[in-house]
Amino acid sequence: MFISMNWIKDFVDLEGLDTLKLIHQFSLSTAEVENEIFFKGSDISGIVVAEIKEIADHPESKKLHLLKVDAGDGKLTDVVCGAPNVRVGMKTAFAKVGAKIGEITIAPRPLAGFESFGMCCSEAEIGISDDNSGIMDITEDVAVGTDIKDVYEIDDIVFEVDNKSLTNRPDLWSHYGIAREFSAISGRPLKALDVDDLSKYNELPQVDMKIEDPLCQRYSCLQFENISRNVSPVNMRIRLFYCGMRAINFLADMTNYLMLEVGQPMHAFDSRKVGKIRIKRFENPLTFTTLDNVERNIDENTLMICNDNTPVAIAGIMGGLDSEIVEDTTTLTLESATFDAASIRKSTVRLSHRTDASIRYEKSLDPELTTLAIARFVKLLKDFDNGVKIVSSLTDEYAYHYPQVTLNFDKSYVDKYTGIEISNDTIIDTLTKLGFTASVTDDNFTVDVPSWRATKDVTIKADIIEEITRIYGYDNFDVNTAKSPLFPVNMEQSKCDEERVKDMLVKRYNLHEVHSYVWNYFDELKDLGIENKGVIKLLNASNPNIETIRESLIPTQLCQIKTNVGFAPEYGIFEVGRAVTGIDENNLCIEKKFLGATLYSKTKDVKTLYFELKDIIETVVDELKHKAVTFIKAEPTSNFEHPVNYNAVICDGKTLGYIGIAHPTVGKKIDKRASIVFAQLDMGVLASIKNASITYDEPSKFPSMDIDLSFVTDTFEPIKKAIENANSPLIKKIEVVDIYEDENSKSITTRLTFSHPEKTLKREEVTDVANTIIDALSSQGISLKG
Amino acid sequence: MREQIEQLKIQLNEELKAVENLQELDGIRVKYLGKKGLVTDLLKGMKDLSNDERKAVGALVNELKQIANEQITNRMEELKEAEIKKEIESMPLFDVSIPTNLDRGSYHPITLVQRECERIFKSMGFTVEDYSEVVTDYECFESVNIPKNHPARDMQDTYYLENGQLLKSQTSAAQNAILKKYGDALKNDGKPIKAIFPGRCFRNEATDACHENTFFQMEGMMVDKDISISNLIYFMKTMLSEVFKKDIKVRLRPGFFPFVEPGFELDISCLICGGEGCPSCKHSGWLELCPCGMIHPEVLREGGIDPDEYTGFAFGLGLTRLAMMKYGIKDIRDLNSGSLKTLAQFTDDE
Repeated sequence: MFISMNWIKDFVDLEGLDTLKLIHQFSLSTAEVENEIFFKGSDISGIVVAEIKEIADHPESKKLHLLKVDAGDGKLTDVVCGAPNVRVGMKTAFAKVGAKIGEITIAPRPLAGFESFGMCCSEAEIGISDDNSGIMDITEDVAVGTDIKDVYEIDDIVFEVDNKSLTNRPDLWSHYGIAREFSAISGRPLKALDVDDLSKYNELPQVDMKIEDPLCQRYSCLQFENISRNVSPVNMRIRLFYCGMRAINFLADMTNYLMLEVGQPMHAFDSRKVGKIRIKRFENPLTFTTLDNVERNIDENTLMICNDNTPVAIAGIMGGLDSEIVEDTTTLTLESATFDAASIRKSTVRLSHRTDASIRYEKSLDPELTTLAIARFVKLLKDFDNGVKIVSSLTDEYAYHYPQVTLNFDKSYVDKYTGIEISNDTIIDTLTKLGFTASVTDDNFTVDVPSWRATKDVTIKADIIEEITRIYGYDNFDVNTAKSPLFPVNMEQSKCDEERVKDMLVKRYNLHEVHSYVWNYFDELKDLGIENKGVIKLLNASNPNIETIRESLIPTQLCQIKTNVGFAPEYGIFEVGRAVTGIDENNLCIEKKFLGATLYSKTKDVKTLYFELKDIIETVVDELKHKAVTFIKAEPTSNFEHPVNYNAVICDGKTLGYIGIAHPTVGKKIDKRASIVFAQLDMGVLASIKNASITYDEPSKFPSMDIDLSFVTDTFEPIKKAIENANSPLIKKIEVVDIYEDENSKSITTRLTFSHPEKTLKREEVTDVANTIIDALSSQGISLKG
Repeated sequence: MREQIEQLKIQLNEELKAVENLQELDGIRVKYLGKKGLVTDLLKGMKDLSNDERKAVGALVNELKQIANEQITNRMEELKEAEIKKEIESMPLFDVSIPTNLDRGSYHPITLVQRECERIFKSMGFTVEDYSEVVTDYECFESVNIPKNHPARDMQDTYYLENGQLLKSQTSAAQNAILKKYGDALKNDGKPIKAIFPGRCFRNEATDACHENTFFQMEGMMVDKDISISNLIYFMKTMLSEVFKKDIKVRLRPGFFPFVEPGFELDISCLICGGEGCPSCKHSGWLELCPCGMIHPEVLREGGIDPDEYTGFAFGLGLTRLAMMKYGIKDIRDLNSGSLKTLAQFTDDE
């Protein structure tokens, strides 16, 4: 929204103050001001009122005229002019030789064979409207030679307030509301609005009007006739133009002007079309043509203004084409109303049509404004068109009153909230300037919130803190640390685990951390032939390829592996991310935090790569928890998982996750010649596993003894069991030192390290344990390698 | 005999001169001084001599033994030294100009920035909280003073799921749970609530170089008796000076957010020009950085904390934006691309 400082100065005297400083202060105390400040009129100078005294046709050009103009300097000046609307006796804006318009300095110059000493200007050329159809027609009674800036309010400082920063301030959608802020900021008083006394018309008949729907909070209207003026005063048009609106005609400009001035949207109907005003909704949908000539679908939730049963306007949004003011309109009905904010907002969404009026209504306008705006309207109307006749009394139905908000608090509350000392006098003064009625007795404050702040904005005492502090100025605050007591801080286990896992994967295994989206991209999965197994759908994703929340990190990771083929012959990626694996009995998502890791190699065979990943998992768990994991064959559940070597990762009896190989169908689509393995661990389960503390084992002073046992077996599992069953305290370390495999058999060599804390072991003591193991295995048909 | 002894002395001398390595030297030692060595042989041959003679020759043999021992030891030292010298001389000169392969793992840039922020807050006694990404309407809106019909809900930018849950559109979705989690310790033990909660947020919008539907925020809050606006400014200034590793100025402007009252937009002095005005701050000298404010009494009440007794502040920082500012990342979409050409550069940053 654009704000004209000339307009603001109608209501608060800022004489002698630095306007730019005030605007800057406004941005710190009230609402965000866009960076660019517009210095209107600063780019023109030397333009005066001049009268066209003579007109001659140009001998060779149909378009050009040769003028003699009186610019008030005691002589006639020759000017060549191309405007179609020139006429003798017309006063216009004339740029004399030496005048400046933007970058141009006016100089004598030949034009189609005739010398021209200056230029007659259009309104667009001097920047006060977009009308470039002809030169400006000055109807005011002013002497020739008067500087145009002395005639009209051309010089102005205009700034733009970011509308988003006004969403909670319905009162700031007007110059009068903004002026109140400038009053508080500058300390200068706010002038009352100059209005007409409407009680004069109380004897006149009422308008037939009735609110039939609670969505209309207040409806005020007044009828008048005998409007003779069609074009608005220049200064009014300049203000509208500077504030981003086009002048249309006097009545339309007046309603726009009032909206910008006091914030109340208004509408004028042709009284012939609205003899019986009813405000209501229709049970059945209908179509309605608004005054922009667009046919719109109206549903049963949209509040309408009607002439009995015929809709004439969409309440708070836009009037209808049929009831518009037309050439032969004689009597007008001026509407000034308040509607339920949420209802207007929803209607604009349904209609996909926001207007300057609806934007204001959405903010919860103050119903007190309706009659004030009419009183101001009538005052200006009469000022600009003294033939106007009011033909009805003010007709007003005030259906919904916001409750009066009164807030009580004491000085210590302000002290506690601000952390600084702000005096009682400053508090009272600030609140009073902002229109609050505030009083204080023994440090106890009572504050009545003015109607324009009480529709939703200021309802609790914390809101008052904002009023006091923003005007006090945050730059003026003493800055202090808190006096809170200190306590030790503990981090969540899952958070600690996450950070350590990341460190290990990056630092020890050189993996790369990636991020990905929380949903499955339908198209990407399809490219790899991965079925979408997401368990819950997104309702309103704007991207058609987003279908479901992912149930696993691995499909996304396989897609990312594909993106990175060519990055290096071998690499690994990981992510600590979230997925939804199911829906619980309360219909809520079961969300889990997973560690997903995928390794890719063009140089290593799949077995080597698989064991690297297995090594990573075991090391990570050992590092974080000092616990061992086991791997148990599991059944794949998705089609990207290779059915063989799919293993569950078990620790402490809990399933921590899975490790597997990319299914060849998927793998080949990523890279025909590469090995790809993946694992996913549940970080929640990992966090739930207790960290086994380190048990210190005094190193034996006596030598240890190793023996190597080679068994013919396919897996290590039975050897491990047999060693465990031997249950010897002397075994300090178990290590697989060799795996030998040929066409006929496979053997595994295990090295057992024995030691005793208090003596040198005898060979028999060691061989006894070894024999127990050998015997146990031999009974299962596993023999020592010959 | 005496001649034999002299002969052996000369012979040993010559052999020692000729010997070239420790192994040969050891052979010499055995040859002369071993159990069956030449010197021992001499001793054995003495049994035929007269007593006097045996005594005299015995002394000579012992002298020979001593000399032999000394000479062999000396020679050994020489040879050892020569070998070390040889080893040193045989060491080739390495070409240290050959570049090292520095390929190693990498962290996501968000992780690096997040850790940096977490480190700062941990050092000031804040806990770091983890929170889910799928949340309820209550968590994301209702509990943080955004009731039904509130315009913030109208923005159509929240991803809703078919069960009525949603992807959190703001980290504030964790506020209520955190207030409840630490409320008892606050009320019973006087332990202030000091928490930060980094997390991923989602907005249903079209993506381009500057807009993402998935981004990271970090929210923080502190609740205790007598937490004030003055404290808020202090913490924001201190924290942001740490984040940007320079003394920065902060500026508060009124800002409207339903979960705070008063609410602020916080600007920091421009990092490029320091406040003088330059193209990157559009000549204003300030950068709009983060929303913050005093926690709305309704939010505290909904979290089970009496707003008449306790006050608090909250703030939100855009981690994604911070990471982009810090590393000069121009396209926000690179962060979720998984592209290692981009991401593998972020090895560590502590």
